[in-house]
Amino acid sequence: MTTKAARPNIGAIRSSFAPWNDPGTKPLVRFDGVTKRFGDQIAVDNVSLDIYEREFFALLGPSGCGKTTLMRMLAGFETPDAGRIMLGGVDLADTPPHKRPVNMMFQSYALFPHLSVAGNIAFGLKMEGLKKVAITDRVNEMLKLVKLEAYAARMPHQLSGGQRQRVALARAIARKPRVLLLDEPLAALDKKLREETQFELTDLQMELGITFLTVTHDQDEAMVLADRIGVMDQGRIVQIGPPTEVYEAPNSRGVAEFLGDINIFEGIVETFNSPVASLKSADGHFKVVDEDCPAGGATVWLAVRPEKMRISPKAPPKGTANVLAGEIWDIGYLGDWTTYIVEIGPNRLIRVAQANASRIVEHPLSWDDKVWVSFDADAGVVLTR
Amino acid sequence: MSLRRDKSWMAAIAPYLWLGMLFAFPFLLVFKLSLSDVALSMPPYAPKFDPGNIGRFVRALDLDTYGRLVSDPIYIKAWLSSLKIAAISTALLVLIGYPIAYGMARCSSGSRQLLVLAVTLPFFTSFLIRVYAWVAILKPAGILNAGLHALGLPPVAVMNTDAAVYIGMVYAYLPFMALPLYAVLEKQDESLIEAAADLGATPFRAFWTVTFPMSLPGVAAGALLCFIPIVGEFVIPDLLGGSSTLMIGKTIWTEFFNNRDWPAAAAAATALLITLVVPLMLYQRQQARVLR
Repeated sequence: MTTKAARPNIGAIRSSFAPWNDPGTKPLVRFDGVTKRFGDQIAVDNVSLDIYEREFFALLGPSGCGKTTLMRMLAGFETPDAGRIMLGGVDLADTPPHKRPVNMMFQSYALFPHLSVAGNIAFGLKMEGLKKVAITDRVNEMLKLVKLEAYAARMPHQLSGGQRQRVALARAIARKPRVLLLDEPLAALDKKLREETQFELTDLQMELGITFLTVTHDQDEAMVLADRIGVMDQGRIVQIGPPTEVYEAPNSRGVAEFLGDINIFEGIVETFNSPVASLKSADGHFKVVDEDCPAGGATVWLAVRPEKMRISPKAPPKGTANVLAGEIWDIGYLGDWTTYIVEIGPNRLIRVAQANASRIVEHPLSWDDKVWVSFDADAGVVLTR
Repeated sequence: MSLRRDKSWMAAIAPYLWLGMLFAFPFLLVFKLSLSDVALSMPPYAPKFDPGNIGRFVRALDLDTYGRLVSDPIYIKAWLSSLKIAAISTALLVLIGYPIAYGMARCSSGSRQLLVLAVTLPFFTSFLIRVYAWVAILKPAGILNAGLHALGLPPVAVMNTDAAVYIGMVYAYLPFMALPLYAVLEKQDESLIEAAADLGATPFRAFWTVTFPMSLPGVAAGALLCFIPIVGEFVIPDLLGGSSTLMIGKTIWTEFFNNRDWPAAAAAATALLITLVVPLMLYQRQQARVLR
């Protein structure tokens, strides 16, 4: 079982936190038409993005999409070729990295190997010119926060990966930055530790009230951690929104396919009486509920997540919105879930995911079984690009 | 694993064989020589090794020569002067070699190759010839004074002074300082400097709090590689130094070839070796502790 940690009532705070919907709120960080080139390679392409006070923002995208470059420009390690980066309304262009009120947790952690755990955490405080007593107090506070009190005198090479990650985190937040930058914060941890640390990070962020900007290629990580996700591809931000929005209402096939698995049916809108539309595709007719569906005649793509489809050896009852007949091509058993690859036509494979709610199934589905796949009218989203 | 199947000990034997034949055995000969007495014979010492009567041979060996080393101030003076010259030269080498190595490590990888080649290039010429070249530069009517004269400046008398010795030492040993330093600096993780900047360190402070302390093993390696041979250096003080430049290497040479006092030369060489080996072992032990 997961143990319940003592914490403020985060649920109430998180569920109502949406400063991006309030036009009166000023963003803490503003990227304004930022472009960065490396040689003739364009790494960041005219990106505009607002990040708000106390927000946990994740930049998500495949490697090489420019997300790390974007973050490094905020830290001051790269200079934009065009555009402005503002922090609290002040242009950062003339502020060198060591004077920016942001701190970064490096992907490699970049712990100083010649300094102890306490020495690493104290480094930034010493640079600030704090008094010795104040430094010791703050270091102890940080050690307690990341539960490393007993390791103050250890050297970095004497720590495990998880401990090193926590030292890097403590060192970065010791100076109370206005924005904490996290470069693939959990990439170097194993799966179990990564999941634990995800929840610890969100709790910590709430507790400290610091704005977090994280960069990751792992969609699970982005979804668990972030208040909002900015999906990046080839130097551009293709969608910004809370995790549920980018997952359930992607604005393009690219975003839909990058975040999790999805089945996409190309078709033409036959009729559209808002919000009900009828689509015609090579796999049959679909009945869809989507307010944003274009008018009749338009080419669209219907995107349906595998877990929103049902699979059954018997024909579904009459009146089911969408039904596809097929044969099971492959089965992936994951314990909690099973993924079925179903052939619904020559070379037309779709994915259907079912939660394994019971331990024992009398007639489990098997390879080459004839099955029916069905989904509700509101299960899919109509995409226009 | 049994010795029969594991052949890795064969690889380990090569360096030991090399050390044994080319270092340990000759050293034992020198050490034995230092326990002998001067004699008017060929070779000029006694007793000679006599396999027929080892007892008498061993009884004839004594530490008298070492007594002479301590009682005659020339040896102590030469030894102290050598240590002083080596220490100052090594300090100069760190001061000059560090910026060179740092510059090399911060270059683009293309020009880096070229710079490493440039640092090693002098090795393609004989050491002796390179030191003679400095004679041509530093001598009273040499290139240096010709240059000064052309600029309308008064000539300087560098040749046959300690200054000339330092110039020669720094010149000859610079690669031994710059290369180990470069090796350490080049490996340093760029993100550590970024982390220091991120945590509020100016470039200057980032250098002194991160780059420099982390390069200390390189400084130590370079300093050892320079200090030890400089203490025993003979060619440079002989060619560039004056009659007042006192170095133990020169003293040993004089004892061997001018005074034909082989036991004294051997004892001085043995004493020198011991004074160099002790700090080296301390360094090794400290390194081993760091690694653990």
